[in-house]
Amino acid sequence: MDMIKITIDGKVFEVEKGITVLEAARKNGIRIPTLCHMNLSGLRFVNKPASCRVCVVEIEGRRNLAPACATDVMDGMVIKTHSIRVLNARRTIIELLLSDHPKDCLVCMKSGNCELQDIAHEFGVREVRYDENCAMSTYRKDKSPSIIRDMDKCIMCRRCETMCNEIQTVGALSAVNRGFNSVVAPAFEQNLVDSACTFCGQCLAVCPVGALTEVDHTWNVIQAINDPKKVVLVQTAPAVRVALGEEFDMEPGTIVTGKMAAALRRLGFDYVFDTDFAADLTIMEEGSELLDRLQRFLGGDKTVKLPILTSCCPAWVNFFEYNFPDMLDVPSTARSPQQMFGPIAKTYFLEKLREKPEYKDLKREDMVVVSIMPCVAKKYECSRPELSYEGNPDVDYSLSTRELAAFIKRMNIDFNSLPEEDFDRPLGESTGAAVIFGASGGVIEAAVRTAYELLTKQQCPSVDFKQIRGLEGMREAIVPLPEGMPLKEIKIGIANGLANARKLLEAVQRGECDYQAIEVMACPGGCIGGAGQPYHHGDSSIIKKRQEAIYREDAGKPIRKSHENPYIQKLYEEFLIKPLGEKSHHLLHTHYFKKREKYEEVDD
Amino acid sequence: MTHYRFHILCCGGTGCKASNSAGIVRKFEAVLKEKNINDVQVITTGCFGFCEKGPIVKILPDNTFYVQVKEDDVENIVNEHIIKGRKVERLLYTDPKSEGHVSDSKHMGFYKKQMRIALRNCGFINPEDIREYIAREGYAALGKVLTEMTPEAAIDEMTKSGLRGRGGAGFPTGLKWGFARKSVADQKYVVCNADEGDPGAFMDRSILEGDPHSVIEAMAICGYCIGATKGLVYIRAEYPLAIKRLQIAIDQAREYGLLGKDILGTGFEFDIELRYGAGAFVCGEETALIHSMEGQRGEPTVKPPFPAVKGYMGKPTNVNNVETFANVPVIYLKGADWFNKIGTEKSKGTKVFALAGKINNVGLIEVPMGTTLREIIYEIGGGIKGGKKFKAVQTGGPSGGCLTEKDLDTPVDYESLAAAKSIMGSGGMIVMDEDNCMVAIAKFYLDFTVDESCGKCTPCRVGNKRMNEILDKIIKGNGTMEDIELLKNLATVIQDTALCGLGQTAPNPVLSTLNNFYDEYVAHVKDKKCPAGQCKDLLSYVINPDKCMGCTACARKCPVAAITGTVKQPHKIDQAKCIKCGTCLDTCKFGAISKQ
Repeated sequence: MDMIKITIDGKVFEVEKGITVLEAARKNGIRIPTLCHMNLSGLRFVNKPASCRVCVVEIEGRRNLAPACATDVMDGMVIKTHSIRVLNARRTIIELLLSDHPKDCLVCMKSGNCELQDIAHEFGVREVRYDENCAMSTYRKDKSPSIIRDMDKCIMCRRCETMCNEIQTVGALSAVNRGFNSVVAPAFEQNLVDSACTFCGQCLAVCPVGALTEVDHTWNVIQAINDPKKVVLVQTAPAVRVALGEEFDMEPGTIVTGKMAAALRRLGFDYVFDTDFAADLTIMEEGSELLDRLQRFLGGDKTVKLPILTSCCPAWVNFFEYNFPDMLDVPSTARSPQQMFGPIAKTYFLEKLREKPEYKDLKREDMVVVSIMPCVAKKYECSRPELSYEGNPDVDYSLSTRELAAFIKRMNIDFNSLPEEDFDRPLGESTGAAVIFGASGGVIEAAVRTAYELLTKQQCPSVDFKQIRGLEGMREAIVPLPEGMPLKEIKIGIANGLANARKLLEAVQRGECDYQAIEVMACPGGCIGGAGQPYHHGDSSIIKKRQEAIYREDAGKPIRKSHENPYIQKLYEEFLIKPLGEKSHHLLHTHYFKKREKYEEVDD
Repeated sequence: MTHYRFHILCCGGTGCKASNSAGIVRKFEAVLKEKNINDVQVITTGCFGFCEKGPIVKILPDNTFYVQVKEDDVENIVNEHIIKGRKVERLLYTDPKSEGHVSDSKHMGFYKKQMRIALRNCGFINPEDIREYIAREGYAALGKVLTEMTPEAAIDEMTKSGLRGRGGAGFPTGLKWGFARKSVADQKYVVCNADEGDPGAFMDRSILEGDPHSVIEAMAICGYCIGATKGLVYIRAEYPLAIKRLQIAIDQAREYGLLGKDILGTGFEFDIELRYGAGAFVCGEETALIHSMEGQRGEPTVKPPFPAVKGYMGKPTNVNNVETFANVPVIYLKGADWFNKIGTEKSKGTKVFALAGKINNVGLIEVPMGTTLREIIYEIGGGIKGGKKFKAVQTGGPSGGCLTEKDLDTPVDYESLAAAKSIMGSGGMIVMDEDNCMVAIAKFYLDFTVDESCGKCTPCRVGNKRMNEILDKIIKGNGTMEDIELLKNLATVIQDTALCGLGQTAPNPVLSTLNNFYDEYVAHVKDKKCPAGQCKDLLSYVINPDKCMGCTACARKCPVAAITGTVKQPHKIDQAKCIKCGTCLDTCKFGAISKQ
């Protein structure tokens, strides 16, 4: 590594060639403030438009101040990060940003999590010296089932744009207009819901201010809990339990499953269940589907679509519906765990409840299913018309991890001192296979644990398929099968981040893909990096710690294969009869739509 | 080949075309045909530059320069000049000093001090006929470079000539070519920046309309030097005539084997395509221009990487401005030593300016570097309109600064203008007289940059808007001394922190008017007066009762009935109703009304 010498604020440092002034300063304990800049190196996301100009520094010999985030160090460079010239410029810029920003911090969803608020506070900006009637750039608000765009608050950092275009290749958001009126928006001022948006929500996960936020359903949930007629069930996704603690000042990666169950009970939910139960169910259905396709393929059926694609991630479903309309028969028809849980609760569990005298007349409409998800696309998924029965949605409300944390705080619960409690039965029991759904590669590892045994009628040599795990955006893994099988191995592709998914899908389209199965998660890192999780504020090491926690939780589970979950077995015995059976077909599988078609019709 | 007795050159630049020069051409053709005159050729040329007096018709070989010609004058010119050999005196230019007619443009004040290199063919040849360009030694430089020089030698020659970028920044052209040559890549590009955007500037448009081949030839030479086979001209779609002529020229050059494969049998390959811009000022910045050509949003990115390393489609790209290219062929024909003797020590050659504002001779001029502002304004420009007093001249357009009386002897070159706290820029030159309020001028330019900001960086997006609001406040009489301080601070910070040249230079008009006309700002703020009498909110029209004869003329003309009074009695203006249109002042025959 080539090292060079630079001087920052009078001190000489030896730094590696090729890094930026910002990186050099940070490595040496000098914190230059930034706003538009974000580097999630672990998740391949780098946004450095050098546009906010908050990180400007003085470099000797240069006429103008230079943005630290986009200026490479050079040998002998002399940098001042807090000269009066720099401080004045920085303060002026923050003030300018504030002058075009609504002053409604008290009621803003991002208050306390807002990087503009933090930086203004840090800089001691106590007044904005511009006319109080100065022009503000204002825009139409846009509310979709998942995401609210309040672009009056946009500071043009363009993180959302980079995320949407480069990491996700969704292309729903880009800068429009110019000058003072420039803003990030869908083309032609479309509403998000009419655009290519998948509701993955990664835009709002990186938004430094309150311009992009999620739709909040907490109050609806409080109303339902307080309605004596209603029985309110809650299900929690696997990735929530390894991140919720962060909202209560716990170390990232702390597992809070027990405290979470206790909190949910204290919030007033009648039954505290687990989406993990439905994840085990998903494996039974999706694993069987994989097996069925494999067996038909090996039997010589050339019409079988392989690789099978997972369908747990609603943003991914939106993505292929919009971008790959001619491939709608490739993904698994299995619903996501959230949407498997809903109908099972509202049929199987409803029937069970009706056996009790106090619930004998309980109607479907009076059973409210709430999900706690690391995700904002799940909100949209709940609202999909085909995922309902006679107008009553299978899942009524979906709250994000962040909303749950706020809900707990609002209800005067001291989370950290809660005891560890368990989920309720029967929809609360799950295996380690279900837990790992939360991390990229987890769904397919869980499926392999089951499919392997169903296919080979033998025990897996080990349940830990470590070759499948990781945070890299595109991976492949080969699972060898025992001697004597018609297939030597199962070849698996894994993508997280929709740009990687696109690459894989295009390879499938071109017929260059010899995988039997592909897992796709829209969010970088999988659900642990979901847009509903506590804000990472640019620290991608948090995602890594959540991932480690997921696999710790899995390792600690007594049962680690979905088909061995006794309550799942019971569900099939008592109700569903068999995977891919008649009942499953109605309750647990879905179909897909050509999402773009309605717009194309308009064009014609 | 026909031998022509006369050539009638009619200006076909956008300005003269707007005054019906195409109709004049058609009329000439019709009249000549009617009279059965076959030995006279009518040619539509590019811009002559003297737009103030357009449409212009020049007759060769006697070099007679007719001004402000109308369709109805054509028959007269043919009858008198062509048939009888007598000049039509009434259509000749009248020298404002001697009041005598000047028939040969060489003797006109407007042209005397000019030296035309970039504009050498404008107003002389038919830009839509490659043969006319070739007849003027066109493509000889390309031939010379391709057959007699190595790319390195050609770049050395360019460096030696001292030619610097005419787009504004003045970067040495030879050096720029050298950088692009050094980059190793499978494809390189030559880009011509024809995104002229300064308000009032039309240097590049006139060159492309009047002499498109000079740019094409230069781009091919540049391609040979840097090792590029593809050229792109980024031109704004609002220049339809330039686009049309450029396309014709490219097609003709291809037909003549001067573009395409194996040019002049040397094996060198080069071709040019047009790329249209939507008319954004910021796209004149080379990184923004490249993004726009790629189909991306036209906004700048941080340099490095420079286009010479990573430009269009990620490939090494050399971007030069139209006027820079127009100089190139002549340099190779006449030699670097010829070129570098023109101009000043560090600024070689000539510079084209679009002279506009409160000046008698509005038009396009080309002068050797080092010509003083005084020579340009008073000799070429013929002084200030209406005999008013000179106040300031803005060079460099919205990125430049204003210079005052004390700077009039500044030689026009890159260094001297910078030393006087303005810039050369691309060549806009706007003259202001005593009636121009300098605060309003600063706001005029800022209105432009606020409109043209791409919105990427904070200082330019929000800062310029805020500066504009403060100026508006001052102009309306609501400013405070704190506002002036805030304005100064804001201007300095924007200059210091904006991402690209547009943002960094946007505060220049504010800073230079603050420097040179601070008292005028203070007058607006403290006395609530606009010394130039331009800011409507700060002036009132008043009737002097001693002079008012009570004729009622002003009251009858007032559009808002703000003036009352009885006949033969002094009238009064109701200030609450007055909209300050100035109609009364123009109407009064007795000098009784004044602005205060």
